[in-house]
Amino acid sequence: MSRIVTPPALGLVATREAEAEARAEAGRAALALREITVSYGESPAVFSVDATFPRDSLVAIVGPNGAGKSTLLKAALGIVPRLSGTVTVFGMPLERARDRIAYVPQRASVDWDFPTRVIDVVMMGLYRELGLLGLVRASHRERARACLARVGMADFAERQIGQLSGGQQQRVFLARALAQGADLYLLDEPFAGVDAATEKAIIDVLKELKAEARTVVCVHHDLATVTDYFDRVLLINTRKVAEGPVATTFTGANLQATYGGRLASAHIDQLKLAD
Amino acid sequence: MMGAEFVQLSLTPILIGTLSAIACALPGNFLILRRQALIGDAISHVVLPGIVVAFLVTGSLASLPMLAGAAGAALVAVFLIETIRRLGRIEPGAAMGVVFTSMFAGGVLLLEQSDTSGVHLDVEHALMGNLESLIWFDATGWASLLDPAAVAGLPPELPRIALVAAAITVLMLVFWRPLKLSTFDEGFAATLGLPVRLIGLALVAVSAVAAVAAFDAVGSIIVIAMFICPPAAARLMTERLEHQVAWSVLFATLAAVLGYVLAGYGPLWFGSPNAVSAAGMIATVSGAILAIACIAAPHRRRIGQPAG
Repeated sequence: MSRIVTPPALGLVATREAEAEARAEAGRAALALREITVSYGESPAVFSVDATFPRDSLVAIVGPNGAGKSTLLKAALGIVPRLSGTVTVFGMPLERARDRIAYVPQRASVDWDFPTRVIDVVMMGLYRELGLLGLVRASHRERARACLARVGMADFAERQIGQLSGGQQQRVFLARALAQGADLYLLDEPFAGVDAATEKAIIDVLKELKAEARTVVCVHHDLATVTDYFDRVLLINTRKVAEGPVATTFTGANLQATYGGRLASAHIDQLKLAD
Repeated sequence: MMGAEFVQLSLTPILIGTLSAIACALPGNFLILRRQALIGDAISHVVLPGIVVAFLVTGSLASLPMLAGAAGAALVAVFLIETIRRLGRIEPGAAMGVVFTSMFAGGVLLLEQSDTSGVHLDVEHALMGNLESLIWFDATGWASLLDPAAVAGLPPELPRIALVAAAITVLMLVFWRPLKLSTFDEGFAATLGLPVRLIGLALVAVSAVAAVAAFDAVGSIIVIAMFICPPAAARLMTERLEHQVAWSVLFATLAAVLGYVLAGYGPLWFGSPNAVSAAGMIATVSGAILAIACIAAPHRRRIGQPAG
């Protein structure tokens, strides 16, 4: 609107300033997404989403089923192709920042019958360090074991992964991400279908990561825990609905806007919400 | 049985059979874990028309034209499957089934109609292999292995399959980590910057090379048993991929050696003077090994079961 009433020259300057400001903000942020659009078929799964995840924050991506939460995360990681948009990680393009990102996929996305042991899965997190043929040293194994210990799975190192419960599998995936030693952690539904002990173990580790000045972004489905677990929230339903600190963004109005009629207002009333 | 006659008549077929089985079993391990076992089947079908056309065009059975023919046929198959799937709006499995069988049948017809009398390429050999005829005329005994003149007379199929088996082994060792990673968790592998699509394509390409190289020995139908049976049986023996691959090599060797010996000498034991098809017997033994593994192997409960 403002562009129409502002004289052309001034408008250009303002646009340039806004661009510079956006670029500077993206540089400061752990992860900045600009106009991300992803489509699997004819209608987009994610449409023109802008989001900025500041450093040192614990962020939930929230929205109804099929809202494109996982797709947005995968687009940010370059796993699914983007129709448009840019991804900036710590001020760098994604390809140059791979060493600083760790990823925890949905547990159900892999075959847990795969013939491998827990410790081998965690060692996969060291791939960028080891490379094709790098020698696995005792120090690498110790680090992998330490990551397992951090999620309370030290005793399971030699187990075949198919013998684990769902919660234990999720913890192994988190341990693998820890082994990556990243600054930005992207997790896809880490609390889906896990037991209470695992949920506690995982959120404790995520809060520790934030305390170590790392950034954690989770696709999250449980509205009841958003306020307790996270300090920022991104609400999406194909398009971005709202983004900001939980305290000001996780409101009844924004949730209604995100979920539409699918979320009964009685349900919203029971949630711990921002004012 | 292990004398001069063995070296001349049985040693090279057994070696070629064994190396073929190993060359197919190695990529087969990953095809099975990626739930792409049917790709092995598909490749083995599509390879036939490709090889026939390559032969008709070049007039030789040299490796490169055959590989090029097989690769061309694979491309045609992929194109046809996509076209049928889109235009016919049928599910991919059905589209694949139609394309592979039609192309294979086309290959058989083409082969039947063309004059291939001068070379080892006719319908029976294309389907069932040619193992028994790959003998070492120049051998006079074990000492021939050290005789350069005799070694030069080895059937050319042997160095060819040896080269392919060695190349596949080296490739698998060098790219073990990316292969294992992208087979287990493709999304995670992609976030590490691994070219997961290229890895998947390379696996299929390597399988196709193995299928073409093994074509000489066991024909295009029975190759599928070599892709699937040894790795599937091996999966039941262990919970570690490294050990599984080792077991699959062992089972492939066992099936090839035992299958060849049983085909050649088995009927004699029952008083029949005729040997049976070596390739058929190798596939049968592969299946028997898998059956025994299903009943008796230590980790048999894991197959096809969702993880608890």
